Amino acid sequence: MGFLDTLLGRTKPVQPNLDALFALPSAAITLEAATGLVPTGAGSVCFRATEGRAFAEIEKDVRDLLAMGAAADAPPIELSTDSYGFTWLLVRRPADQLDALVTDVHAVNSSLADTGFGPQLLCSLVGFAGPAGRLAIVYLYKRGTFYPFAPKGGETRDNALELQVRGAIGDDLKFEPDLSRWFPVWGAPGL
Amino acid sequence: MARTRYAPDRGLTARMTLTIFLLGLVFVGFVAALVGILTVAHASSAAIVFFPVVLGLGLGIGSFYWSDKIALRTAGAREVTPQQAPELHGIVDRICALADMPKPRVAISPTNLPNAFATGRNSKMAVLCVTEGLLGALDRDELEGVLAHEMSHVAHKDVAVMTIASFLGIIAALLVRFSFYGELFGGGRRGGGNNNNGGALPILLIIMLVSIVVYAISFLLIRLLSRYRELAADRSGALLTGQPSKLASALQKVSGDIARIPTKDLRESGAEALNAFYFVPALTSGKSLSTLFSTHPSLERRLAELAKISKQLGQ
Repeated sequence: MGFLDTLLGRTKPVQPNLDALFALPSAAITLEAATGLVPTGAGSVCFRATEGRAFAEIEKDVRDLLAMGAAADAPPIELSTDSYGFTWLLVRRPADQLDALVTDVHAVNSSLADTGFGPQLLCSLVGFAGPAGRLAIVYLYKRGTFYPFAPKGGETRDNALELQVRGAIGDDLKFEPDLSRWFPVWGAPGL
Repeated sequence: MARTRYAPDRGLTARMTLTIFLLGLVFVGFVAALVGILTVAHASSAAIVFFPVVLGLGLGIGSFYWSDKIALRTAGAREVTPQQAPELHGIVDRICALADMPKPRVAISPTNLPNAFATGRNSKMAVLCVTEGLLGALDRDELEGVLAHEMSHVAHKDVAVMTIASFLGIIAALLVRFSFYGELFGGGRRGGGNNNNGGALPILLIIMLVSIVVYAISFLLIRLLSRYRELAADRSGALLTGQPSKLASALQKVSGDIARIPTKDLRESGAEALNAFYFVPALTSGKSLSTLFSTHPSLERRLAELAKISKQLGQ
């Protein structure tokens, strides 16, 4: 944000970075080799719905689009609202189709961005599971960065596993350097 | 290129630009007047100007640098960890991720009046404080609206902008006081031997009069700027969460209590400490006058602006 925008109090909503998401499938292979974590086939997109008719319509279009595009193998799409009022679209694919999952997720992103609701995108996550526990790789749209989130019974995080994952695929994905932005997504769909 | 739903509020930008320009103009005029007066006067009068400027600079820089500590101490607030207030932290986390801002520290003040403020010299040192009354009075979406409004203050660097803006008022107020005492004591001393320095007394009087005028004008302009910045923060906050009506309902809920609080925002403590005139209770009938002196726009105005944003989002 420029000096004048600050002086005049004109913050513009931040546009999301959609492209970095495609780096995920190749990083998943490295992750499996290093930690034994494999994709669960579940992925989700989280956004903040705005009030009014326009957004409700787009939300419906996005669901239709996903249902239509995958008519042949029809992945089930689940819509839910979390306790913070954010909407989650959960897409499920067979565990070995991570590419297709990322494409689905990207379809949701681009329809929101094309209709001007890109700033409402919060994050996307793709679930992994393995002997070490469950893990989500979370993508922050506004930063274009990834971070791991590993819940461990109750509301505690397995920080050791998270740091181990960063060590394993830190070179393949652009990781969020500011650890205070690795916010927890308890009970997120797709985890 | 993705289309954007962000429609800038050109009217607000223009009014804010004009206010900042006028404040700058008053500042330049004030400096010119002082230099003009002092070239006529002697070194003894220069000290009258020198000390308030140094003192004012010290006060301004101090209150800016320690704004977070001062405000938290005044509010009796304590910082809370994500374990102590998971829901509050969760909301702040999500707002920061949407706005691409570093996460501020979060504090809770044990006060029953519903209120919130954000302070700190930059976005890295920012601290966001809510009262227990606010947490009790608002539901989650309304709280999110209020927090997004406060985070917009952080993004707009309002602590820095208002500190610099109120600097002019502080200097003028200090000069009024210094020249007044200078006149009382200095004038009395010179009364004995006024052969050599007879001009000192009217010069101090002129400095005092100029300072009073500058103080009055800058007071009104600073309040005007403060109201515009509140509107700007309402706007950015509402666009950030996409829920202008939730912020409107939060404003409606707390405004009854807020109106009774003398200083809503501790961000403006620099200006508040000096501008401790509260005309509002004395002028309940003169509505136009009380809005002229207030740091926040009227509830009706804020609700009307939020309704406009809500309409834009629905299109």
